[in-house]
Formats: sequence, structure tokens, C-alpha cells
Amino acid sequence: MGASDFSKLPHIGESLKRKEDYRFLTGAGQYTDDVVLAAQSHAVFVRSPHAHAKINSINVEAAKAAPGVLGVFTGADVAADNINGLPCGWLITSTDGQPMKEPPHPILAQGKVRYVGDHVAIVVALTQQQARDAAELVEVDYDVLPAVVSVADAAAGTVAGAGLHDAAPDNHCYKWAIGDKGAVEAAFANAAHVTKLDLVNNRLIPNAMEPRAAIGSYSRANDEYTLYVSNQNPHVERLLMTAFVMGLPEHKVRVIAPDVGGGFGSKIFLYAEDVCLTWAAKKLNRNIKWVADRSESFVSDAHGRDHVSHAEMAMDKDGKFLAMRVHTDANMGAYLSTFASAVPTILYATLLAGQYTTPQIYVEVDAWFTNTAPVDAYRGAGRPEATYLLERLVSRCGWEMGLGQDEIRKRNFITSWPYQTPVALQYDVGDYHACMTQAQELADVAGFAARKAASEAKGLKRGIGYSSYIEACGIAPSNIAGALGARAGLFECGEVRVHPTGSVTVFTGSHSHGQGHETTFAQVVAARLGIPVENVDIVHGDTGRVPFGMGTYGSRSISVGGAAIMKALDKIEAKAKKIAAHLMEASDADIDFSGGEFTVRGTDKKIPFGQVALTAYVPHNYPLDKLEPGLNETAFYDPTNFTFPAGTYICEVEVDPATGSTRVDKFTAVDDFGTIINPMIVEGQVHGGLVQGIGQALMENCVYDRETGQLLTGSFMDYAMPRADDFPEFKLGHVCTPCTHNPLGTKGCGEAGAIGSPPAVINAVLDALRPLGVKEFDMPASPHRVWEAIQSAKA
Amino acid sequence: MQVQFTVNGRAASVDVPPNTLLVHALREHLLLTGTHVGCDTSQCGACTVHVNGRAVKSCAMLAVQAQGAEVTTIEGMATPDGTMHPMQAAFKECHGLQCGFCTPGMVMSAVDLCKNHPNASEGEIRELLEGNICRCTGYQNIVRAVQVGQKAMASA
Repeated sequence: MGASDFSKLPHIGESLKRKEDYRFLTGAGQYTDDVVLAAQSHAVFVRSPHAHAKINSINVEAAKAAPGVLGVFTGADVAADNINGLPCGWLITSTDGQPMKEPPHPILAQGKVRYVGDHVAIVVALTQQQARDAAELVEVDYDVLPAVVSVADAAAGTVAGAGLHDAAPDNHCYKWAIGDKGAVEAAFANAAHVTKLDLVNNRLIPNAMEPRAAIGSYSRANDEYTLYVSNQNPHVERLLMTAFVMGLPEHKVRVIAPDVGGGFGSKIFLYAEDVCLTWAAKKLNRNIKWVADRSESFVSDAHGRDHVSHAEMAMDKDGKFLAMRVHTDANMGAYLSTFASAVPTILYATLLAGQYTTPQIYVEVDAWFTNTAPVDAYRGAGRPEATYLLERLVSRCGWEMGLGQDEIRKRNFITSWPYQTPVALQYDVGDYHACMTQAQELADVAGFAARKAASEAKGLKRGIGYSSYIEACGIAPSNIAGALGARAGLFECGEVRVHPTGSVTVFTGSHSHGQGHETTFAQVVAARLGIPVENVDIVHGDTGRVPFGMGTYGSRSISVGGAAIMKALDKIEAKAKKIAAHLMEASDADIDFSGGEFTVRGTDKKIPFGQVALTAYVPHNYPLDKLEPGLNETAFYDPTNFTFPAGTYICEVEVDPATGSTRVDKFTAVDDFGTIINPMIVEGQVHGGLVQGIGQALMENCVYDRETGQLLTGSFMDYAMPRADDFPEFKLGHVCTPCTHNPLGTKGCGEAGAIGSPPAVINAVLDALRPLGVKEFDMPASPHRVWEAIQSAKA
Repeated sequence: MQVQFTVNGRAASVDVPPNTLLVHALREHLLLTGTHVGCDTSQCGACTVHVNGRAVKSCAMLAVQAQGAEVTTIEGMATPDGTMHPMQAAFKECHGLQCGFCTPGMVMSAVDLCKNHPNASEGEIRELLEGNICRCTGYQNIVRAVQVGQKAMASA
């Protein structure tokens, strides 16, 4: 079935209430820490208190002798068992043709620690308290080394003796570039005006509300391991852990990601703790649970963003974009996390065309190791960094050319599709003017001048900010991604199991950690088969039950995972039609299926879906010579292209120049997600994304001490998490141009809010403060930073 | 130490070390795992329960301090036949939850909020939810849910 027919099915586009809510609302959810296995023991990790240090010795004797302790393991034990380091899933090739530097990423430190929180030892005891007490007794003798913390310092090479890895003594991981440099330089030479911008994309800590957790388990009976883990892609976790790190046969390892309390990217990755627990479970023949304290999450979860960039736009005299060039220094942290290398390259630079017809773009990216936690994908992953840079630059272009923020965008919007950008992507479809028009109406831009005057009368500054973002979701196809360095496939798998009584279980490789797949996917299946949604259950997050899966990240679930289910449903429908044809003594070609009924074209013969299902499993009157019994189909779907959600966001802020206090007064988001299956769930995704994006713009900021590498924002007391009273009610609107290359017409909605909103906020702040002379501003717009910007503009 | 108290309307008794937090007694000794631990600084509110009718962060209280108290957790909010409390129903109706991790604490806070501030405005509800962090929903639908739950509780 194609996208156009699909969108017309009953209940597609209805805000069905979520099937999963009852268990979450009544306390019956099962998160990893809620799972209790027999004779479960507890692990605590000994972590580095230093950003960079040589380990002279580790003495574990006192810890081993402490009450309740079952085992204490260090890097020496890991090395003795030939456990490899953690792999990076994307190979980036430098401009000189050399592969990126991939220094070892050991699961327990080997002679050196490279960030505060680096894992040094694991202590397993009967109770968590005993493990904590024993961990205090592990004595590590360190020689502290100089630390390089900020990416700017790493790029400048100014900290002597701060080479983290032998493989990269200058801390340089790679230099990567995309675009036609010569053509860009030629265009700049002929430009009427060039707008320049330096900016920082501030580092963030993801902070899913459920801290990371895992339970390692081992069965001597069949030499099988089970890992429960708070993770977004259990099959990928298993593949990386078995094939790359532990050298185990994959079929002997089951990974279960039960209810997962938010991920936002931070739970995509294979972490050292997961491997340690699996390995130690066999060594100790024990079920071992570990749950991160929030403080531990702060130092050891992969962080996000952390770019320093310079960008320039060349324009003609009318503000038409001629060419853009960008240089970015990206912080990788101390080691390459699972997809770290792809974030500031494939997922970033390729998005820098945005919604505009800029004919030539050249982007150069230098990636650096620093003595900080690894940096990897966080909600948007590269695309927020691209959007923030481009949309800040475009608004500045408008200001410098004397054009409104809307006008400079409209003059440069792409208006026909498919559109080939100069940075590899080909957009299939969109309508950027429609998003802009609707956003301006919803935001009551016409009334802005009056609102500004009212603010002025109160002594406040009001500004308006625009952002017209594009993102690329559902990375694909696998073969092209492979050519670009991906070390994994990027398809998805779905299995549709019709039971004899006509109810259905769907096994999907996508993973829901808040996105509501149990409802949206069930809605898709129920609509296709014409059965009640209550009769469809979605199973995810278990390599023991789901055939295969690449998991959930990059807003791929509905467009890739949902499409795999659609393909499986096509097979179900085709086979069911043959059974129906047999039962009604008609030709296969004359059978129609809709609304849960099979009919013979041109007759009044009909039989319901349930009767066909039963016949498939009780095949008495059945074409056994031509057709296998059963009604159970699996499909793998590998997309032919990315999907390209896009939209325009408009933000209004009010700033108190006396205190720097900045309040988002209005926020309007108009998105084109293609076909929308459940508007309630989609809007919820946008709300959540907006708060993470506005949170980055207004308050969130990960700060390490620049010399010592100590994390200064290491708890909810220090890291400003957005709360309910930080926001107005958001206004949302939608434009729909269905994706042209998947069977649902969907594009994905999980990250848009976090991608589009930061530049809208900061453009609004700058719009408010420009009359005071403020031209430069980096996130977050906390009162102190805004006040400082106002004061330095006065000076 | 032995702690005797009433949990979700039933007499309960746990034998815990004196430094045990109420949240751990509930989760690990009574297996009431609906109450979650989301931080270690009493900021996130995921562990909110009712103690003698007031919303309390159960990570900020020792189990022994609950001696003789009446404690209600998220598991005790629905009626015995499984019908959800009006506030739970409002969260479902308004899509006030996504991953569900902060949800039990959010619901417990919301019920307390509406009992003490039956006429709280949208802005006041936002301020009164200060003690609970949600990373998924952007709060908009939580605020709507509390408004709907507030009305339902008033008419119940």
C-alpha cells in the first residue's frame, strides 16, 4: 500500500489515547531498576576523580576483603580476558585520505584516566551499600597530568603535555570537509556583501529522567547471557558488545531494554558499564545490577553539542545567497563514543544548505579529543548545530542587508523539488513558504509592533526571532551510508504475527522510550487490517522476541520501523487474499480487502479478517498444495533516502535590561512532518523538543573547569533543567507534504523542536538587544550572561 | 530497624537499616516500584508520595520517620477495581506523559497541588510544579492535565 491510500484509511490522523499509559500511570511500568532477578547482587564503579592522570597502581585488597564483596575487577582483569575496547560505529576519513584516529576506549582504564568519571574498577557486592563502602577502599595511585578541556584550547594546542592518546598526540581526531572549495572562493570574490559570524554551540547533558541502569545475568545451563539495559537499540547494543568487544557468539546473548525512561540519544550507545556487567556476571556466576546515581550520569553519560564555529555567507546586492563557508571545531571528549564521529560531519555539514538555494557551500570540520566525557548524539545530533549556525547567520544577513528576518529567508527559499543541495543531500519534497506564512499568522507577527511598544512602556525590551529549519531523518540507504563510513546497516525489521483468533502481535526493531509506538504502530496495523486497535499489541526492546532491529534514534521509528511493518502487512494481505479467494471460490485477482473484510469484486460475497486468520491456522478447507498454513510475516525495510521534515519557528522574548532576565513570551512552531498518524503524540513530541531546545538557548549549559577538567555543573542543583514555569503555552501548526519515498508519507517528528528552536530564541534576544548595541551573543541567555552582554555593549 | 506504617491503606512492616530512605523501603522492601528515583539531590520529584495526606519527596525522608504514618504511593491511587484516580485519567486524556518515568511523582504532586490550590490558574500551576522535572513532555500537556484533573477532583 502506498502513502496516499494509507493516509485515507480510517483512524489515521486521529488522536487515539495511548495504550501504554495505564501501566505508567498506575506504577506498573517496568524500568530496568524495577526488575529484580534471583540472588541479585549490586555493582558500583570506581571512577576517576581527575580529568587526566597516569595510574601508577591500583590496590583492591582491602575492597576485596570488605563485607559482602563478591569481586573487584580492574583494567588488568579486562586485559587478561582479552576484552576489547568500545568501538566507534562510523569511520570518518580525513581530507588527507587517512582514517580518523581511533584510540582504544577500554571498558576499565588501562594505565591512564582521561576524564572525570572515567571507569577504573567495578566492585560487586551482595548489597548496593556494601558495594559503595568497598568502592571507597579501592586505592588508586595517580600522577595528575595537564588537562585540555575546551575544544578551543585543544584546537589551539596551547596546553603542554595534554596529549590524551598515543594514537593522537596532538589530540586531533580528524579533519573532514565537504563541498567545492574553489567554487565557494570564486563566489565570495564576486559577492556584493559578506556576512560573518563566530559562534559557540554550548555543551549539554542529556539527562533522561531515568538514569542509565543495567543488569548482567549469566546462565551456566546453556552458556547464555542476558543483559537488561536502559537502551534505545538493544540489537545494536548486542551486535557491538558481542562481535566487537567480547568476542561472544551473538546467539548466546539476549539484550532486553524494558520500559526506558527517556533517551534523547544518550541511550543509543554501548557503554563500558554494560559490558562490565555482562562480563562480570559470568565471572561471578551472579546476576549483577547497576543503577547510575544522577551525579554519576552527569559525569559518565555521553554529552551533546560543544562546537566552536566560524561561518560566512556571500550575497548579491539583493540578499540572494551565493555561497557559504564554515569551519567548525568539534569536541569529541576523551574517547570516541558509538556514533560520535558522524555527528559533526555526516549529520551536521550536510544540513547546512537548510531551506535555501545557496549554490555553493564548503564546510571543514576538525574534531578534537579533550579531557571531558565523550560527546555523541543528543536530540537532533548535528542537525541542531547546523540549524543554529545557519539560522543565526541568516538573521544576521537580513539585519546587515536591511531586510527583515522573514524577507531574507523568503528570498532564498527552495521552491521546487526534488532539490539537490551542494552538500550531498537531495530533498524530496517540501513547502517552505507555506510554513513561513502559517507561522507568521499563528504568531500574530502583525501585532508585534504594538506588543513591543507595550513592553517598552514597561521599560522592557522585546524581540522577535525566526528560524526556518530542515532536518534529515531516518539515515539511509544502508549502502550509501556504508560508503560514507557507517559500520552498520540502517534498515528496520518488523514482524506481524496474526493469531488464530484474529488478534495481532507486532514485533518491531524500533524502540519506544516515550514516543508512544505501542499506540501509533498499533494504529497503523489496526487501520490496515480493519480490526480494533485493542486487538494489536506491539512488542519491542528484546532481542529474544524481536527478529532484528536497528532501534530508535534520528526520528526514524515511524518512517523506517513503521515502513517495515507496512511491508510485512503487504505480505499478510497478499497471503490472506489467497486464503479468502479459496474460501469464496474466487480468483486471487478478484479479491478486495478493506475495512476488515475480504470481498469478491462484482459479487456480494464477503468474509471477515478473523475467519481468514482462523483458516490459516485450522487449514481444513485450505489450498495446502499451494500455500503454507499460518499468517506470520516478517519484512526488512531499507529506505531509499532520508526524510526531510522542515518548518518555521517564531519566538518572542521580553528582556529586562536592568537584570538581564529573559522570558520567552510567545513561541510558534509550524512543522511539515508529512502524514501524521496520531496528532496528539506528534504535538507532544514537538512540545518536548521545544523545551529541550529553548532550554539550551535560555539556561542549560555544561561547564567544566577549564584547567582542572572538573565538572562544575554536576547535579540538578548546578545544571539548569527547564521547569514548567519557564515557558509559555506553545502554538503549533502543521503543513503536510507527504514524504515521496516511504509507504506512509511520514517524515519523523522527534527532534524537530530541539533543532528549530535555539536559533529562534537567540535571534529574538539579539533582536531585542540590538538597539542597545549587542551584536554577539552565545547561548545560554541566562540573566547574568544577558546582563553582561548589555553592559559590555555600553562600554 | 522495624518500621510499621500504613501503605496504600494496608498495614505494612519493614525491617531496614536506620539510614534507609523512605523511597528505598517502598521500592526494595515493599516492591512498590512505581515510585522512582531520578536524582540524588531531591530536585526531580520522581519519588513524590503522600505522607499523611501531603506530597513528600520520599528520597528526602528516612523510612523510620514514616513510623505510624499513612503513606500513599502511585499504586494506591486507582480504586481496587482498577479505575484510575481523576488525575491519572486526566494525564492519559491530555497526553501528560511520554516515557512515564517522572509520571508517578508528577501525578502525586498534582493531586496535592489541586487539593491545596483548587483554583490555581495556569500560571500558578506551572509555578507549583517547580519541584517536579519532566524531560519529555515540555510540560504543556502536564499543565493541561492538571487543569482537567483539577476540575474532575472538584466535582468528584
